Amino acid sequence: MEIKTKVDASGLSCPLPILKASQAVKTVASGELVEVIATDPGSVKDFDAWAKSTGHTLVESDAADGKFRFVLRRK
Amino acid sequence: MTAEAVDKPKKLVIICYSGELEKTWATMILASTAGAMEMETTVFVTFWGLQTFVKDKKRITGENWMQKMMSFMQRPGASHRKLSKMNFMGMGPWMMFQLAKKYNVAKPKELLEMAQAVGVTFLPCQMTMDMFGLKREDLIDGMGEPVGAATALQLMTEADSTLFI
Repeated sequence: MEIKTKVDASGLSCPLPILKASQAVKTVASGELVEVIATDPGSVKDFDAWAKSTGHTLVESDAADGKFRFVLRRK
Repeated sequence: MTAEAVDKPKKLVIICYSGELEKTWATMILASTAGAMEMETTVFVTFWGLQTFVKDKKRITGENWMQKMMSFMQRPGASHRKLSKMNFMGMGPWMMFQLAKKYNVAKPKELLEMAQAVGVTFLPCQMTMDMFGLKREDLIDGMGEPVGAATALQLMTEADSTLFI
């Protein structure tokens, strides 16, 4: 499924990656995907917690070249 | 995630009591993140905490000389908070803001605006407003109606998590 919106949160510290991602998720329709790129290592656990709390789905969570990539699906 | 947990948002109540920079920062980080986590978030703002919610451009607040003197001695506004330790006439906060900029950390004022944008409710304490001579127009836009301790306690008893900062 195609990514609807991309958020580049590279270089941003906690809690900005979560705040930016949350704003982006609000702009897409239910079931659509948002991709977030972050460099904050804490964001790996934070996105998991965010998904658990909100009910949105963390579809993908992977790391490469010091960057973390998350794909979120709006509930 | 179970349907029940998703349908019923978690409730967080923060009592924002302190006005120092470090504590204000903690309040704003947690309030904005809770909003982003779609928690129903209410911040009851009282005593020194309410100084943070006076408009930045307001220099002197209050009606009588004591209230005016209080605001003169400690400048109100989210951008004018002091550190409880290592303030050094503003040198400490200045360094904190330089570091925040270098490491892309959002300032309390930015986090406050983001918290408001995601629907976090900030309720001013009526008694504190009276005691410091603060008017609604002295406070930033978008705050809720002033309330008292009973409302704060009632919200706290219904919340999933409460914080006193």
